[in-house]
Amino acid sequence: MSDMQQAATSFWNDTGKTGLTSWIFSTDHKRIGLLYFYTTIGFFLVGVVLGLLLRIELMAPGRTIMGPQTYNALFTVHGVVMIFLFIIPGIPGAFGNMVMPIQIGARDVSFPRLNLLSWWLYIIGAVIILTSLFSGGGAPDTGWTFYVPFSSRTGTNVSLAVFGVFIVGFSSILTGVNFVTTIHRLRAEGMTWFRLPLFTWSLYATAWVQILATPILAITLVLVMAERVLGTGLFDPTRGGDPVMYQHLFWIYSHPAVYIMILPAMGIVSDIIPVFSRKPIFGYKMIAFSSLAIAAAGSLVWGHHMFTSGMSDTAVVVFSFLTFIVAIPSAIKVFNWISTLYKGSISLEAPMLFALSFILLFSIGGLSGLILGAAATDVHVHDTHFVVGHFHYVMFGGTGFAIFAAMHYWLPKFYGRRYREKPAIIAWGLMFTGFNVLYFTMQVLGMRGMPRRYYDYLPEFGPLNLVATVGSWILAAGLILMLVNLFRGLFWGEPFVGNPWGGATLEWSVATPPPTENFEGEPVATHGPYDFSGVKK
Amino acid sequence: MDQHQPHIVSYTRLIGIWLALLVLTALTVAITRVELGGYKVVGALAVACAKAGLVIAVFMHMKYEGVLLRWLLFLAFVTLAVFIGFTFFDVLYR
Repeated sequence: MSDMQQAATSFWNDTGKTGLTSWIFSTDHKRIGLLYFYTTIGFFLVGVVLGLLLRIELMAPGRTIMGPQTYNALFTVHGVVMIFLFIIPGIPGAFGNMVMPIQIGARDVSFPRLNLLSWWLYIIGAVIILTSLFSGGGAPDTGWTFYVPFSSRTGTNVSLAVFGVFIVGFSSILTGVNFVTTIHRLRAEGMTWFRLPLFTWSLYATAWVQILATPILAITLVLVMAERVLGTGLFDPTRGGDPVMYQHLFWIYSHPAVYIMILPAMGIVSDIIPVFSRKPIFGYKMIAFSSLAIAAAGSLVWGHHMFTSGMSDTAVVVFSFLTFIVAIPSAIKVFNWISTLYKGSISLEAPMLFALSFILLFSIGGLSGLILGAAATDVHVHDTHFVVGHFHYVMFGGTGFAIFAAMHYWLPKFYGRRYREKPAIIAWGLMFTGFNVLYFTMQVLGMRGMPRRYYDYLPEFGPLNLVATVGSWILAAGLILMLVNLFRGLFWGEPFVGNPWGGATLEWSVATPPPTENFEGEPVATHGPYDFSGVKK
Repeated sequence: MDQHQPHIVSYTRLIGIWLALLVLTALTVAITRVELGGYKVVGALAVACAKAGLVIAVFMHMKYEGVLLRWLLFLAFVTLAVFIGFTFFDVLYR
């Protein structure tokens, strides 16, 4: 099939509909996926700019470019935007929507209109959150965790911001419901559970967490609003309330939310590594089950955020123990990825480089997490830059780099054009270097006692903070190069036809870009997702 | 399929369930007056579960649904029970 013919029959134009409304009211999972992609990546860039400003403020002791109130607002908004508007919806909303239905041999998700509603709820929630920054008492300054009693008393616009997060939560629940139903009901003939690609498995595990945990966040945020507006006193000890209970409720959702963020990223890596190693994945079933195990066990460890909150010693011991249990399925994944690489025919193209960096950065993040999960050592580093470094290793080095891997791996499939490899590799090198200079330095700073969420610090922390800020600039330079190269390639680059990566999952068997209904006939799965015999690159 | 058949529940049964809910509400209030310490919450939660169970089974027609949906709902309840239960590692031992 020639390039022109392919373009004429793809989802970009085969319905004959064009213009903005053909996108924002489309029920095609690929279009909704791209809507999610561009909106989440837009918010990611907003978050990056805020993060860079925070680093400039911390470049030298004392006031550099902003005062304490602005700093408090900026780190709050940076957290809210990055977590609720980028990482949580990022992979399921964008790549889950684009890729998962094709991977299981379906024409769309089970509830296409609900899918569109989910994107609209996300946009409405995002607009409300953005409105909260410029209305009422101004941008919230509580940190993304909205801890009481401060969040119930501060004059900033916390009520509107948490209402926005509440709405975004519903978007997440709807995506979860849609994906669970789709994976149960719409698998093609021959697509048994153990022929599902691991990316789909990870989305399935994630969807359950989205369905079961997100309502708790929604209720908790309603309680914060009730506390502020009605003065209910639920979290106020002078009226019989309990501030620690807020932390329980918040983390019952927000720790599983970490797994909503990381599990689909692990799925991406599990799909990319076999393709670029030309080997079936090692331990398929163990990776699939470990996703479910992480989802289940990860929902029971929220108390490790609260070791210094005044929680009972019994709870500290129980939650610390359970935290160590989550390390087991996480390590199973890492060992299986490494075993897949062993004696593979590895090609180091951009998706693979990002996927490999995921393994390293996630491992560093995971192991530093054990220092925080152990109650005794946590007391030493709690609320320091060590924690900030740790979760950026997991969330950015893990999920962020996996999203970059997915962007290089799957977006050419949906655009029919590809990026240039050399600039992509240079960009990866810059980002990998900048990332480690920035966040490893943060971990060292934290170990030395530099607290988080302070706009100023003792002069002895000056040199390392300067190093970290320079790291943030290297990271940003790499990011700009990566995005320019990627989007330039997607719109004007070389054609991407056939199956250049040599993937064996179903999305590589359909036309590039795929037609609206994905498959010409009824697809039949005849082999596993990582059976590369007979796959031509 | 079975779950697409309409289910008409008799008024007698609906009123019966309503009365049962009222009695259980009275029980919730009564429990607060008995000295049970930390277990007071367990009692209140047990009554609340019974009430929710009646509403879901009868008013929301879960009684007439297939096994899969019932299991899914059960899973949601177990999750909720675990979440609430685990907070007692803190609250009961402070």
